[in-house]
Order: sequence, then structure tokens, then C-alpha cells
Amino acid sequence: MNSTLFVLASLDGLSYAALVFLVSVGLSLIFGVLRIVNVAHGSLYAFGAYLAATLSLLVTPISPWLTYPALLVASLVIGIVAGGLIERLLLSRVYGREEVLQLLITFAVFMIMDNLQRMIWGVQPIYAAEPLKLLPNVSIFGVSYTSYQVIVLPVVAVLALFGLRYFLRRTLMGSVILAVTEDREAATAIGINAQKVYLITFIIGATLAALGGALASPTTSLVPGMGTEMIVLSFAVAATAGLGQIEGTAITALAIGMARAFVIYLQPEFEVLVPYLIMVAVLLVRPEGLFGATKLRKI
Amino acid sequence: MKRTGKTLTLLAGVSLLLGVLGGPATAQDKPKELKIGITTFLSGPAAVFGEPGKAAAEMIAADINKKGGIGGVPVALSFVDEGAGGEALVSNYRRLVQDEKVDATFASISSGSCNQLVPLAEDLKMLNFMWDCGAASILEAKKYRYSFRTQANATPEMLAVLVYLLKTKPNFKTIAVVNQDYAWGRESWEIFSTALKQMKPDVQVVAELFPKFGAPDYSTEVSRLMALRPDVVFTTSWGGDLDTLVRQAGQRGLLQQSTFVLAIGESSVQRLGKDLPEGLIIGARGDHWFMHPEKKNDAAFKAFNEAFKAKTGSMPIYPVYHMAQAFAALQGAYDKAIKANGGKWPTREQVVDAAPNLEFVGFGRPVKLRAEDNQGLEAQLVGVTKKADGFNHMVLDNMMIFDAASITTPAGQKSVEWLKTLKPDFVKMDVPVFQHGK
Repeated sequence: MNSTLFVLASLDGLSYAALVFLVSVGLSLIFGVLRIVNVAHGSLYAFGAYLAATLSLLVTPISPWLTYPALLVASLVIGIVAGGLIERLLLSRVYGREEVLQLLITFAVFMIMDNLQRMIWGVQPIYAAEPLKLLPNVSIFGVSYTSYQVIVLPVVAVLALFGLRYFLRRTLMGSVILAVTEDREAATAIGINAQKVYLITFIIGATLAALGGALASPTTSLVPGMGTEMIVLSFAVAATAGLGQIEGTAITALAIGMARAFVIYLQPEFEVLVPYLIMVAVLLVRPEGLFGATKLRKI
Repeated sequence: MKRTGKTLTLLAGVSLLLGVLGGPATAQDKPKELKIGITTFLSGPAAVFGEPGKAAAEMIAADINKKGGIGGVPVALSFVDEGAGGEALVSNYRRLVQDEKVDATFASISSGSCNQLVPLAEDLKMLNFMWDCGAASILEAKKYRYSFRTQANATPEMLAVLVYLLKTKPNFKTIAVVNQDYAWGRESWEIFSTALKQMKPDVQVVAELFPKFGAPDYSTEVSRLMALRPDVVFTTSWGGDLDTLVRQAGQRGLLQQSTFVLAIGESSVQRLGKDLPEGLIIGARGDHWFMHPEKKNDAAFKAFNEAFKAKTGSMPIYPVYHMAQAFAALQGAYDKAIKANGGKWPTREQVVDAAPNLEFVGFGRPVKLRAEDNQGLEAQLVGVTKKADGFNHMVLDNMMIFDAASITTPAGQKSVEWLKTLKPDFVKMDVPVFQHGK
């Protein structure tokens, strides 16, 4: 592989990793705090994408630039409304219960949302590329890339990473979340409302999933089943990093994104397998994940 | 009097017995309704074909019933979702046949579904029309009595696209493929590449890319193709996958750099709107296009298209026309069997006997069910995208309609073996060309 192809593959890997990170980190955050593997995360991604596309198509006639705020609004609406409802109505009733019950409940939510999505938006692919079309293409070694792909997506992912770090480590609410994560009983004893912490954390995680979907919506066709595709990949990334590891998730998403891109250039028949081969290899050696601690819970 | 009474009692008994025996025979002669079980995708990505297929079935059934039914018997439909997966599909098919007692089935869209259900239909002695699945191997591997394919298979579909490419772009030197990584993507490329090797051996295949089915991102594939600069990019992808590939390629200029061949792209033309540039080669899995050049002035064709648009918001795509062909075959088989039965309602076996060599017309050229292997002989339409006034999407221009007999694997031969016997002059076949609007 020459240096040109190396650069091209790296750019492709970077933009792919950015989207995967946004979804995976929400999944990882929820697990780190709530200790729940949220299968419905993929549906939140899909709903974020569909609502963003719907809003984008609505505001485009007014001003195409309004599509950018539309992406953000869609993420927040799905994160707060859908995420809030799922946590309050369902998950709050099963904290501390068997893991399999929690898993089944999130799986049921996933199935319900999948059908709901079909009822609301139908089965025909939806595409709303206005945000992407607004920005110019950039040429790198004679190959054209969209600015949205190689600039906007990575920048948003980096902002999300540092924003989360700052929130958790430099703000009072972040410290409260960390306290509940470390020891819920002790935190409750000193007056922290753990239920509220869980709700806020789930909403943040759900919003990140919806943001991933919203940002993906200008680049891809929205189709039934798109949430399934993303949840499987996100699990692979989160498990490889170690559930609950934010920086680890970023590094792993980047590694898997890069590996996938290079494989397409070198041995394309392994494209589908690469993320899972990496996951299996890591988990065989480190069952707690690349960055996971054996016993301590960290976020 | 006693004797008379006994005689009357005996006669009454005999007539009762005859009544009991004759009752079902009469009911079978003219059932209250003709039940049809249809498997189609109502969930998952392939619902882009399954839902329009279902809408078409409902429209056509209503129309048949409005005209008095088939042989005077109204049709009733039951649908099964192929998206539910293999085991559920098989169970539901059994339920249709054994519990709901359907008279015929249309199964299926997916070749995987057909592979499962065709042998089952044979076991259950159920008349079955394979209404949309394309794998050639199903009917090439074994002769079935009860299953018939009411359209072509992947071999003529790919061959028509290849011949079109060779006729219109004879000087290309390099080609790349981007197909979905599942049976259809792999098999269609095998057919296309095998025939290509025979007809134009000097072409170099520079990339064979098989991204995951349902992949949301083709950026890396697009980058690689832009770096490789193949003369032609071939794809049999469909649905959301094709839309994403075409749009991502278009946004980055790849559609202008290489000639794209969308082998089953007819189903995406309306949806892709103005994102589709001019000059793309489009296949249609049969001679299907809502502006079919030989049918565009046909009143029934136009009325059906408009009614479908009124019902669904879009003009029909090829699965809609395939569904129409399945109904036309069913109607044709019953009409033929009724005629052969002296005007009486036929048994299922008599209907099955009527199907081989049956010729019927959906909304394209006539289709014939070849008696040797129950394979439908269906013409193929291929065209190139072009802008046209009055449309918010591309239309097809320079359309060629390939005669089924010239591009279908001969009966008794396996497609891949037959393709290896083709010569470069195969491409010289005479094919009529139609311009948009003329």
C-alpha cells in the first residue's frame, strides 16, 4: 500500500469511526452507570436519524442552513422524550433485578420501536442530504471527499469526547454521577438522588445515540433495520474497549474504523469480519476489554 | 303400502347418501372463494419490494373480484411476512396450506425463501407460483410438478444488462463490482462475470467489493474506486443499499468518473430523483418500466399505473409487475383447466396440469411457462438514465427489450455451464431500441 492509499484509507476510517464512537459511547456510558446493556440503543439511533431527516426536509424550503440545528433538535427530542420515557416507565422498575430481565426489557423496547418506526416512516428508504450538500468537497490526492465526512463528523466526535470528559470530571453533576457509579448506597446515604442520576445518564446516552443517527442521516439511506446494524457494531466497539470506558471507546472506535478501511483496500472480503475478529481476539486475551478494569467500575 | 313405505325409505336413504357424497363434490366444483396465500416481505429492508407487491396484489384481487372472479369465483388473499425468517416462514406456509386451506400460493421474493418453500409445496402438493425470486439454480437442480416461476431468473436478467453494456460501451477495459454480501450479490456477479469473460476476455476486473448487506456507509468503497478509476462499476445492489451507494458516489464525483451499471436499478429510479445523473445503465428484472415503450399507450396498463400511484404515491416498480404476472398465470391456468374440464370447476391437479406451456400477459410482453422446467420466459428491458421534462426523476432512454428466448438458459442446462459456452459474437444479436417518449 502506497502513501496515497494510506492517507485515503485513514480519512475513510476516521469518518466512519466518528459515527461509531458517538453511538458506542452512549451505550458504554449507560452500562457504566446503570449496569444495563441497552439493546434499544440501536432504535434510539434509528429514531434520531429518522426524526432528523423529517425535520431537515421540513426546514429546507425555509433555509437549508436550518438543517444543522434540526439535527441537534432531533437528537435532543429523541434523547429526552424517548430516553426519558424508557428509563422512567421501564428501566426504573428493574434496577437491581436479574440482568437477563433487564436485557429482555430493552430487547422488547427495541422490537416495539422497530415496528413503531415502520408505522411512522414506512418502509421506503428516506434520504435527506441537505446538510452534506451545503458544504464543499475537498480534494485529497485527486480523490474528492465531502467536508461533512472528513471535517464535520470527526469534529463533532472530538467535541463529544471532550465534552463528556469535562462534564463528568469538572462539573458537580458529573461528580454526582461518578459517585453513584462508584457506590450507589453510599451516595444515596449522603443525599444524592440516585434515581435522578440514572435518568439523566440514560438521557445523555440516548441523546448520543440519537445524535449519531442524526449525523448519519445526511450520508445514508434510512431504512427499516438500520438500528440493528448499528447496535451490533456498537456492542462490538464497547465490548472491545471495556464497557463503561469513554476514552477507551474512542480509541477502539478509531482502531476498528481504521482497520475496516484498510481491509477494504487490501482484503475487502474481510470487511464484515474485521470488527468482530478484533473483538474476539481482545476478549480472549482480556475478557474485561482493552481498557476495562477487572473489578473497579469506571466511567 | 308397507312395501311402498319401505321402498320410499330406501330411496330416501339412497338420495341422502348421494346427497352427502355429492355435496362436497358440488362445493369443490364451485367453491365460495379461491384462496391465495402470498409470501412477501412486510418487514426488514426488502419490504421496499414486499410492500408494493402486497399493494399490487390487493389491487389486482379487487379488480378480479369486480369482474366476477376467476371462473366466477372471487379470490381471497392471505399474506405471510418473509421477513420473519426461515422457520416462521415454513410454519406459516404450512398453516396457509393445511389450516387455511388455500388453493394456490405465490412464494416468494427471496431466493432463500423459494429454496425452502418450493420443496415444501411439492410435499404438500400445492400449486405455487414463484413470483419474484431470481436464483436460477432452484429449477435447474430438480424438476418440480407444483411450482412454476412466473418471471425470468437471474441469468437472463444479468445477461441482458451485460449485452446492453457491450453494445453501448464496447471499448471499456476495466470493471469493478460493488454487490451486497449475500447470495444474490454473489450469484449475480458470478453470472455476469462468467459471461463477461466469454464475451470480452480482455476486460480486467480491478476490484470485487462485497460490503455487508444493509451497510450504512460506502465511503471507503467509493474512495477505493475513485483511486482505481475503473471504466465501469457494476452493482446488483437494491433498496436502501443502492440508494446510499449511488448518493455517496454521486456526491464525490464517482458517478461522473465511471460508467455505473445498476443491474436492478429500475426499482430505485423514482426514489433517487435528481440524485441520479444521466448516463447510468439500468436493468429492470424483466421488461418492467412504467413507461414501457410497447405498452405506454395500452389503456389497461395506464389505468393500472395511475391507480397504483393513487394508492401508494409512486408509480409501479418491477415487483408490482411480477405480482401482476403471478395473478395472470393463475387466471390463465384456471381458465385453461376449466375449459379442458368441459366448463366445470377443475381439481387442483387439473390446474397444475394446465400450467406447463401456459402463456399469459401481465403488464409487459407475454410470458411463457416452459414445460421442461417450469421456468418463465420473460423479456428483459434495459435502458440508460436521461433527464426529461415533466419528471422529477430520471427516465429511461435508449431502451432495449431482449427477447426471452435469446438470453435464457436452454432447458435442461445449468446456467453457469451454458454461460461458459457463449462466444463474443453473442452480443451481435438484434435487439429493438426505443427512445423515451417515442
